[in-house]
Amino acid sequence: MSLLEVAGLSVRTRDGALLVHDLSFSVDAGERVGLIGESGSGKSVTSLAVTGLLDAGLDARGSVLLDGHQIVGAPDRMLRPLRGPCASIVFQEPLTALDPLMRVGRQIAEPITRHRGLRGRDLTRAVAEALDAVALPGERIARSYPHELSGGQRQRVAIAIALAAHPRLLIADEPTTALDVTVQNEILDLLDHLVAERDMALLFISHDLAVVSRMAQRVTVLEKGVAVESGSVGDVIAAPAHAYTQRLVASARLLDDALDSAPSSSNSPGGGDDA
Amino acid sequence: MSLLELQGASFAYRRGGPVVHDVSLSLGAGESIGLVGESGAGKSTILSLLLGLSAPTSGEVLFDGIPLARRDRTLMRRFRSSVQTVFQDPYSSLDPRQRIDRIVAEPLRSLGIATGDDALERVAEAVASVGLERDALRRFPHEFSGGQRQRIAIARAIVCRPKVLLADEPVSGLDVTTRIQVIDVLRRLRDETGLALLMVSHDFTSVAALCERTVVLKDGRVVEEGATGSILSSPTTDYARSLVAAIPRLP
Amino acid sequence: MSDTAPVQVTEIPDAAAAARRPRRRSRRAVLVIGCVLTASVILLALVSLVWLPFPQSDTSGTRLEGPGAEHWLGTDKLGRDLMTQLMIGARIALVVGLGSVAIAAVLGLTLGLIAAFAWPWLDDTLSAALDVIIAFPVLLLAMLVVAVQGASLWSAILAIGLAQSAVVARLVRILARRVLGEQFVTASRTSGTRWPGVVGGHILPNIAPMLGVNLALQFGIAVLAEASLSYLGLGAPPPNASWGRMLFEAQGTVLTAPVGAIAPGIALVVLVLGVNFIADGLRDVADPTRRHG
Repeated sequence: MSLLEVAGLSVRTRDGALLVHDLSFSVDAGERVGLIGESGSGKSVTSLAVTGLLDAGLDARGSVLLDGHQIVGAPDRMLRPLRGPCASIVFQEPLTALDPLMRVGRQIAEPITRHRGLRGRDLTRAVAEALDAVALPGERIARSYPHELSGGQRQRVAIAIALAAHPRLLIADEPTTALDVTVQNEILDLLDHLVAERDMALLFISHDLAVVSRMAQRVTVLEKGVAVESGSVGDVIAAPAHAYTQRLVASARLLDDALDSAPSSSNSPGGGDDA
Repeated sequence: MSLLELQGASFAYRRGGPVVHDVSLSLGAGESIGLVGESGAGKSTILSLLLGLSAPTSGEVLFDGIPLARRDRTLMRRFRSSVQTVFQDPYSSLDPRQRIDRIVAEPLRSLGIATGDDALERVAEAVASVGLERDALRRFPHEFSGGQRQRIAIARAIVCRPKVLLADEPVSGLDVTTRIQVIDVLRRLRDETGLALLMVSHDFTSVAALCERTVVLKDGRVVEEGATGSILSSPTTDYARSLVAAIPRLP
Repeated sequence: MSDTAPVQVTEIPDAAAAARRPRRRSRRAVLVIGCVLTASVILLALVSLVWLPFPQSDTSGTRLEGPGAEHWLGTDKLGRDLMTQLMIGARIALVVGLGSVAIAAVLGLTLGLIAAFAWPWLDDTLSAALDVIIAFPVLLLAMLVVAVQGASLWSAILAIGLAQSAVVARLVRILARRVLGEQFVTASRTSGTRWPGVVGGHILPNIAPMLGVNLALQFGIAVLAEASLSYLGLGAPPPNASWGRMLFEAQGTVLTAPVGAIAPGIALVVLVLGVNFIADGLRDVADPTRRHG
């Protein structure tokens, strides 16, 4: 059985606009799956729907089985024990995901206490280990407030919080979009390493084909809430079947090619004349 | 001769160290330069110096070879009509309470370039040249997607037929399919009208698609500059090398 | 893919906007109710200009008469017609509301914009001064103005307007600062627009909706403040009728002739509720980004 099994998921707003339509995909234990889509594709709504975090104004239908538990329509008290040990999310903007008025150490300690019941010295040690796992110098960071950290450090803290309860599925929703390229690279390396080390499953959500292709084995492409194509990353990028995927891949390819064909002497004309 | 130039420009806030240190840049007619750096590299400060929105604490900004004097109204009017800009955030750069025709016409109005039917015609022309329908003119910004808004911002920038376009991360907030379209609009303007282009970006990809030369910035200093292709294929400094290596590539 | 092809305008469904929609419909209803309530008071005031049931100072009626065919709402303890007083009171309430809000708007906008643009030291000084005025009770301020100018309608308007201008100034400063941080202001400056043009073209239109809502609320507060001042004898002196003084004069006979207190009370509630509803409803209607999703 899959760790996450989404079948016929539809999400609509109160006045009937469809944000996600009849979406099905699955993530097996230890597997890495990507969701690719541009703005308005419903990818973030999907990430919220699979953890039961949808806005009250949104209505989900269909089935989302997380480790065998039905998420759609389940009351919050049933979902709470699943969030953490079963699945955790890392969001795009670490600054809004963290509490600005609480020291980082306490924010990491909270889920550790809740899910692993640690207190006192054990808790302090667990927080230090959690920070160590995301390659942050423990002592100083634990005493800092979120605004005292850089964007990359904040995202590492968010990852540490997400990992505190040892989830079996990590959902990363555009985790590097707000970051500088070199920092993005480091965070992707970190996620890569952590997912492998802890044998977690990963649901990686992004608009960036190159980033998804680096993180996932299989992908599902979303266009306006509809899954238009799924398959192995290599196949989808090498031979996209659906018109939208073709457009997406062609655009990404154009930009990627520009990196190789940029003029080497200042006198030659600018990049490839294409499109 | 260069149209817009920074000569050994530094900028420091009243308290605290310099955020831009001894930067020299020169942009000639029809040239395109990419200013690449990560957050805190001083990109926006350099842009605000080049736009005459702040004055360098030392060094100089030259426009057509003349030092920019912010109090010289005649010079500034000529400067404003020659140097225009496109901002990063297409959601914040258009006044939500104005219709598109009014937004695009603002430079014409403010610089006293054209009024009435003449202005209307130039606005329609600018809007058409960025690939938007004429019926866009009577709408409000919120009726458009991010890519369309960025086209509107470009239309506003080119409506007074400037010689230089300074673009601050013009495609960073856009989806990849839209990004290609906006890059194409900019490239066409550069090729067809000889517009000189200076693009600030944290990301090499869009610079590679648009700019012949690249200047790499770190902590307010120029660490490397040269032809974009050369920097991408054989960066000489460690920093540029790490930037290039970090670009996510397609398999 | 062609770069010049005009792109179709497809609005991405915004979940939050959609969730807001049913509320907007009720907001519109609130606006309509507010307009009806306010209009009824305005109508009363307008009619009072051309026609009154009885002359203003006519004391010919029987004292403390109940409502009837001759005196619709009855008479007060001096034998004056209550309907007549209520209609004149409506006029006074509206004049005070408009007058003090006008003072608050002009003074508040000026001070608020100055503070928003000023050097930090001037901004700090102004803000501190505004805080002092806001902390100062309106009634105390009114007593000071009355002490200098004597009790009159204009003293009341001036006192209320001054007190409210500080609140408006603080709001304008915050709103203007927020707009100043938007990229379209920078874009406007690089388009060659000078500061006065930026203020008139971008800042004022963008703060207008919030300011309008606040001024409508201030109107209601001003009407209540005038009633309190008149109740305390600091408002317009007799023979000008005011709802506040009607309440004061009726307080000894509330049990025997309740209409004398109920009528001005209801009138106050109708007007204040009306403008507050308008303020609430205005929020959406004035914003083009919220017009038809």
